[in-house]
Amino acid sequence: MPPARKRRIRLVVALSAAVLLAGALVYTSLLSSNKAVTPSDLLTAKAGSSYQLTGKVVDGSVRNTANGVDFRVRDRVGTTAVPVSYSGAVPDPFREGREVIITVRKEGATFVGERDSLVTKCPSKFTEDATRRS
Amino acid sequence: MATVGRALLILALVVALYGAAASIYGAIRGRDEWIASGRRSVYAIALLVTGAFGILEVAFLRSDFSFATVAAHSSTTTPTFYKAAAAWSSQEGSLLLWLLLLSHWSTLVLFATRKQLRRVAPYATAVLLGFAAFFAALLVFRETPFGLLAVVPADGNGLNPLLRHPSMMIHPPMLYSGYTLFTIPFAFAVGALITRQVGAADWIRATRRFALGAWLFLGIGILLGARWSYAELGWGGYWAWDPVENASLLPWLTGTAFIHSIMIQEKRGMLKTWNVSLVLATGILAILGTFLVRSGILDSIHAFGASTLGVPFVILIACLIAGSIGLVVLRRTELRSENRLDSLLSREAIFLLNNLVLVAMAFVVFWGTFWPLIAEALTGTRRALGPPWFDTYTVPLAIVLVLLSGIGPVIAWRKATAANARRNFVVPVAAALGLGVLLAAMGAATRPLALAMFVSGAFVVVSVGQEFWRGVSVRRAMTGENPLVALGSLVGRNRRRYGGYLVHVGMALLFVGVAASTAFNDARDVRLAPGQSVRSGGYTFTYERATSRISTRDGELEKISFGAVVDVSRDGEHVTTMRPERGYYPSRDIEGLGPVGRFFEGEATSEIGLDAGIRRDIWTAMTPDIRRLLPTIEEGDRVFEAAAGKLPAALEGQALGVALKGIVNTYLSDRPEATFRVISSPLVTWIWIGSIVVFLGGLIALWPGPDAARRRVSARYAARVAEDLGRA
Amino acid sequence: MDIVALLVILAVLAAIVALISAPLRKTSVERVRAESEDAVAELEARKEAKYREIRDAEMDLRTGKLSDEDHRVLDRQLRAEAVQILKALDDARP
Repeated sequence: MPPARKRRIRLVVALSAAVLLAGALVYTSLLSSNKAVTPSDLLTAKAGSSYQLTGKVVDGSVRNTANGVDFRVRDRVGTTAVPVSYSGAVPDPFREGREVIITVRKEGATFVGERDSLVTKCPSKFTEDATRRS
Repeated sequence: MATVGRALLILALVVALYGAAASIYGAIRGRDEWIASGRRSVYAIALLVTGAFGILEVAFLRSDFSFATVAAHSSTTTPTFYKAAAAWSSQEGSLLLWLLLLSHWSTLVLFATRKQLRRVAPYATAVLLGFAAFFAALLVFRETPFGLLAVVPADGNGLNPLLRHPSMMIHPPMLYSGYTLFTIPFAFAVGALITRQVGAADWIRATRRFALGAWLFLGIGILLGARWSYAELGWGGYWAWDPVENASLLPWLTGTAFIHSIMIQEKRGMLKTWNVSLVLATGILAILGTFLVRSGILDSIHAFGASTLGVPFVILIACLIAGSIGLVVLRRTELRSENRLDSLLSREAIFLLNNLVLVAMAFVVFWGTFWPLIAEALTGTRRALGPPWFDTYTVPLAIVLVLLSGIGPVIAWRKATAANARRNFVVPVAAALGLGVLLAAMGAATRPLALAMFVSGAFVVVSVGQEFWRGVSVRRAMTGENPLVALGSLVGRNRRRYGGYLVHVGMALLFVGVAASTAFNDARDVRLAPGQSVRSGGYTFTYERATSRISTRDGELEKISFGAVVDVSRDGEHVTTMRPERGYYPSRDIEGLGPVGRFFEGEATSEIGLDAGIRRDIWTAMTPDIRRLLPTIEEGDRVFEAAAGKLPAALEGQALGVALKGIVNTYLSDRPEATFRVISSPLVTWIWIGSIVVFLGGLIALWPGPDAARRRVSARYAARVAEDLGRA
Repeated sequence: MDIVALLVILAVLAAIVALISAPLRKTSVERVRAESEDAVAELEARKEAKYREIRDAEMDLRTGKLSDEDHRVLDRQLRAEAVQILKALDDARP
């Protein structure tokens, strides 16, 4: 085979591999990503679908359950809140009033958190404390 | 002193702008004195920023709460070690650390190359000074570390307990060293492109060691972060595909690709466009990584909240991308390849393949990290991808990568013949497949991807081992040295080669550890009462009894801990006893909370129980149910609020101490239930062992070789080649 | 602003200006050498890379990755390239 042709074949193979990968990325990321929502978006949520919920833990709402916690998450600004049930140990910085990110699925009237999906934003890195002081 | 600090930073900004202009002017006009002045500007900035950083450190160590940042991130009760590290726990402090490291590494590279690269270096100086000016400007105009408080508080907020871990001292400086070091090859690549020297070997030679150093530091930083997460956070994992983790992984991946493919350019003058694009991309990704942590545009545990740094960073990154693409396009003729790939069965071809896999991996991680923003642009709603999505792509790519890292070392440059390949592959392939069959028979076949990783890892270890063995045999045949001496001189004379091989072995061990611990770990979350037990991975964990203690430091209460004694046994035999606990630090917010309640409303951190072993780790964390104490705490709040002001302060303190002791004892006598997370996970330790091997290999490859002695000029050329080769 | 801080800042300013303006105040003429030094450095780098390639080929032969015949051809070619670089180096050196 002449080298020029060989190179062209290689290029075509490499390009099609790249296109395939890109296509797969777009397809799977559309398919498997969860909509990022705030509690007020969840008022119209469908049962069975998953969402990535961001909001603040409502003061006084945390209750321990048999193997986890129940709490309510409210909008960053506002009071709309939804109940969340999470099984497993909560991360160290988890507290009432803190901002959390959690992947939830609607089951009945509550939202059930996915295992290990609860993330509490690291408070030290917030300037929140400083702004409240001043 | 804050005024001085501020002035030093303003001066640094002015000097950076002047130096960049002087370097460019000198380069265009061919005026060496201006170039030298530009280079000295870098040294000057290093001195200025060191001064500013010193002032900040002194403020932290002396607990000078007139500094806003000290009051917000340190306190008198913070241990001295962490006072020093608290300087970079804040936004402004970490930007200052970035600038400090950038200026020092830039000084080092420019001093080392002061007599070489006369055409490329001035532009590289200008680029590095441009970065310095950017960060200095942020520190001067946006996030000053030298802001003062009008009212000086009696005590500061303290360093977040979560950050009180020895890693805090080294993890951020390592990561930032990696990031800033990657800007050095970037700067020299820009210089080489501008001066049309991009095909030259000398700028690559001058910056190779810095690229390798960046790769090593960034890698160590990432691994320390993983170790920190595993050993400190009550979560039990070491990697979560969090945006900030991904941001540090991106330049590391492209940097890995670059340090491989640059060898092909050095040897063969090939792949120039590819290499220069990789260097530029790596530099930009390093800045992007810094930006992601600083801006909070993506939801992450590391994200800083309300940050004002988004816009300047976006502008900088846009300029960097546009400039890089423009330069590469403008210089496309200089970037043409001097040679062609001789054969697909050659080390060059394997390197190329490794590059494609690494870049594909980087692309996948980039895509997944930025998917929330991409999706918002495409569909109008933000969407997020979880770890399983990342695993789908990165796991197969990682297996291929590990496999390639075993093939590369045993295949010749330029051209390998099939017969030779056979000779080199028989033993490693047979060993790997043998192990695969054995593991499959033992039940590993249930996790095919993990099994594939074990087989690949075994292949790498055996094929690299075979390389070392053969190298040692050759040396022994030549010199008759004993095996250890032969190994030493073999590695010593071929540092890059054998250091690199060692890195491959380390990575293989690391990936085997990752595969085993993800595929075969057994994690349970369970609520237990004292006396109850749970089984995980063949081990029985029994919650024997509750514990509690009050820790004080310098006469002040530091934290209250509630814990558990957990007995771990296997088949009725005692294995180990663990004491996981959770510590509650008092809240500084004195007004909003009750006098007793505030001791339970602050930060809480887990102290995990860990029994690490060569074969498996046993890990436990616990969360006590302190809600049961609430009635007692509220009762205490009422009593102390009623008594407020009626008792002398000393007496009130004593009474408070008694009350807290009472609460702590109540917890014990209550036979409290607690939530446990227990994990048994195989081969985790190999991740850390593999990292250490990688680190050692990297150091060997990085260590300066013996300087070639000065050559005689008179000898005939061919004889001189032979003589030079014999000497080094 | 207190007077001590002001003095410190002025002192630092003076020192920095002295440091970075030193080359401008000198009237040396070294720059003619720059071009040829660059060329020498470049050739030195090329030479080292070539030597490394020769050594690598030899290592590959000894550890059984290259056949004798392939190595002979490759080695001859590489050494010829090295000789070219050495010649160029001698020409470039003043």
